[in-house]
Amino acid sequence: METPATRSCGLRAGRLSEADYARNFSDAHPLLTRAQAMIEAERCYYCYDAPCIAACPTGIDVPSFIQRIAQDNLRGAARAILEANPLGGMCARVCPTEVLCEEACVRNASEAKPVEIGALQRFAVDGYLAEPGEPLFRRAADTGRRIAVVGGGPAGLACAHGLARRGHAVVLFDARAKLGGLNEYGIAAYKAADAFAQAEVRWLLSIGGIEARSQQMLGRDFTLQSLLDEYDAVFLGLGLAGTNALGVDGEATGEAVRDAVDFIAQLRQAERPAEVPIGRRVVVIGGGMTAVDAAVQSRLLGAEEVTMVYRRGPDTMTASLAERHWAQTHGVTIRYWSAPTAVAQEDGEVAGVRLAATALVDGRLVTTGEEHTIEADMVLKAIGQTYLPEPTGAAIALKGGRILTDANGRTSLARVWAGGDCRYGGRDLTVEAVEHGKRSAVDIDFALSGQEPDAAPELEAAHG
Amino acid sequence: MADLSIDFVGIKSPNPFWLASAPPTDKAVNVTRAFEAGWGGVVWKTLGEDPPVVNVNGPRYSTLMSQDRRVIGFNNIELISDRPLRTNLDEILRVKRAWPDRAMVVSLMAPVDEAAWRRLLPMTEDAGADGVELNFGCPHGMSERGMGSTVGQIPEYIQLITEWCKHYSRLPVIVKLTPNITDIRQAARAAHAGGADSVSLINTLNSVMGVDLDRMTMIPSTDGAGSHGGYCGPAVKPIALNMVAEIARDAQTRDLPISGIGGISTWRDAAEFIALGCGSVQVCTAAMVYGFKIVEDLCDGLSNFMDQRGYASIEAFRGGAVQTVKDWNALNLNHVEKAVIDQDHCIQCGRCHVVCEDTSHQAITATRDGRRHFEVREEDCVGCNLCVSICPAPGALAMRALASGEIDRRTGERVSGEYANWSMHPDNPMRVAASAD
Repeated sequence: METPATRSCGLRAGRLSEADYARNFSDAHPLLTRAQAMIEAERCYYCYDAPCIAACPTGIDVPSFIQRIAQDNLRGAARAILEANPLGGMCARVCPTEVLCEEACVRNASEAKPVEIGALQRFAVDGYLAEPGEPLFRRAADTGRRIAVVGGGPAGLACAHGLARRGHAVVLFDARAKLGGLNEYGIAAYKAADAFAQAEVRWLLSIGGIEARSQQMLGRDFTLQSLLDEYDAVFLGLGLAGTNALGVDGEATGEAVRDAVDFIAQLRQAERPAEVPIGRRVVVIGGGMTAVDAAVQSRLLGAEEVTMVYRRGPDTMTASLAERHWAQTHGVTIRYWSAPTAVAQEDGEVAGVRLAATALVDGRLVTTGEEHTIEADMVLKAIGQTYLPEPTGAAIALKGGRILTDANGRTSLARVWAGGDCRYGGRDLTVEAVEHGKRSAVDIDFALSGQEPDAAPELEAAHG
Repeated sequence: MADLSIDFVGIKSPNPFWLASAPPTDKAVNVTRAFEAGWGGVVWKTLGEDPPVVNVNGPRYSTLMSQDRRVIGFNNIELISDRPLRTNLDEILRVKRAWPDRAMVVSLMAPVDEAAWRRLLPMTEDAGADGVELNFGCPHGMSERGMGSTVGQIPEYIQLITEWCKHYSRLPVIVKLTPNITDIRQAARAAHAGGADSVSLINTLNSVMGVDLDRMTMIPSTDGAGSHGGYCGPAVKPIALNMVAEIARDAQTRDLPISGIGGISTWRDAAEFIALGCGSVQVCTAAMVYGFKIVEDLCDGLSNFMDQRGYASIEAFRGGAVQTVKDWNALNLNHVEKAVIDQDHCIQCGRCHVVCEDTSHQAITATRDGRRHFEVREEDCVGCNLCVSICPAPGALAMRALASGEIDRRTGERVSGEYANWSMHPDNPMRVAASAD
């Protein structure tokens, strides 16, 4: 690392050299080499009724795709992955595999080191996308049915792909300029280097039958009723458009106090990371993946001190252990049992975050009465996002502030399905959103055709 | 410290590890490096009559590899030494003088022509060789010219040439056998009948390593065509052990000294060959994969093993396992084993279940009380050992021998504890009353 260009306080762009920015925002976990992949693939035991399959929300046949890597059949490996999860490339990058497939790996029992399933999945999908050849999947004959998918994130994309494969015509609406949802706007840049999210979207759309309409927002440019009038079915993959506020004094101190999701999106969309201003001392409030992505990227933009503040202990933090290690090895300090009580100011500028010490007493989180201040010139809020129900109107039943559905994503409103983070009862995982979209596509097809899902037409291309 | 030295048919060597007749022993420079590294002896790469043979200039070697590129099998199409006979003999003399304590065996090959052998043997003796090894095994190239394995496949030729060699030389004669036959005992008996001091085996197996599917060409190929080569390396060890054991327990050849060859890569491999009767062992592939230094690890491991077991010398355990190799008909059919899964070591991969279910006797459960759980159902287990053989978790699966008097839950019968083989079995229409062994 070179000497920073500036170490002054306050929001500053261009704190680092171009070389450091390039290094900091390159691929966090570079692609395995072929030799590495072969050796790692050999470690898979090809378990019977493999626990990793059950642990994957999309049910990817992990032993099969790894066996195909070992047999030098990347196309077949990619087919096994993308058949179950058309966003298998991004999921390989962002899944918390240590609590999903890799946690279930039987290698943990004997040697506390699972097969690197995520890295192998990326090897297979990236390898396939680099030389795709003939399409893996082809559309079934046109059904004449039209379905509106609202939201081009993982749930909407997966649903659109599943519907298009089954011969339906899909119009995919998204409020933003680019498709991808959180994959494009809400994930740290080093997790999706080299514009992978868009490459995956391009592959996904290449199946045909999906008309993407960007910068089209539900409730502004069209209504749910207008979609129901025009389309045979509607899938809502709306995500969580709202953010929680701290509700403390000093929160509205200009651009130095901002939502972490906006900061992450700005960084992802910036031409160069050097354009994005960052403080010298940054406090990130929250304990989830978004907080980690914001905190680590603050460090990588040149912030000298970054502190993640979480009001409970490590056991309840939603950021996984691996994510916390990632943050800590990037110089982020994690401070537990601390609840913000105010954003301190001096001369109209952010000066720090006032924190109350917390503790669990009889299972309830209480403040202990002790307080202290962390000096800061920037505060990033990552204390959760919320579903905004207004755009859909009051017609759809909610639960816990999100859309209530059955297992297949059917909402209380006829001909309307929903999935992804806007759906009640999930874990807010990308891979889970994909599964929602995938299952809803099957169910929509069933509802429209009256055909049992298992009787779906042969969807795979004869491979060349 | 165990004494690793051997006296094999009068050939002395500080340890039992000889480099087999092959590329590593083709020249003085190689053999000197081998002796510097600690090899107990060499079998100098096969000499033939001048003019020397000519080798291909394309690939001579190719390998079968595991995923992490460890060599499992090795194939070669190199011929015998392609250098002038005199050059080799001069180097043998020089190297033997410099390393008098090491075994210097010289491999020879010639057609079935008494005059040729009569010429070669005195020259070899004059070069200071401690013994000769007759190459009746090379399966490629030379065999097409009526030598190598072509001789080794005809017992009468083996006996004839062995007799010539014993007649024209005072040196110990080791006959190297080809495994490309149906019954190795015929070849060994012929060597014995011809007066051989010893046999060495196995030479390499005929092999085609693969096909380049892009070019639709066999591997290895030279200018678009290949020829079968000789296969060796770890993959052939079980084949070699069987052939060694067949000779070691054959009534006619049980006292014939054996130099064991075939995929020896570790001290354990070597000890196994010795346990089946070998008085020396020969190594080639391991040296061609790792270099000569490997001999240090072979010697160290063998020495530690012998110390732990209290074997003072190679002779102390040589042949220790020979008497355990029997004909199938001599196996005790009253002995009953069952597989047992140690739940503390089971990693729940389920492979034992699926292979038993798919390919064996449906004797391992997959669930218990709705949970993933693998357990042997003794009432279905035939004791085949498949699950134990494929289990990836050390200590998770083992076989348990039923004690005398215990009920075999598969048959419902009590284990008798009495020895009874097929020849005595009630279902055998040809059964005899007495014990077969």
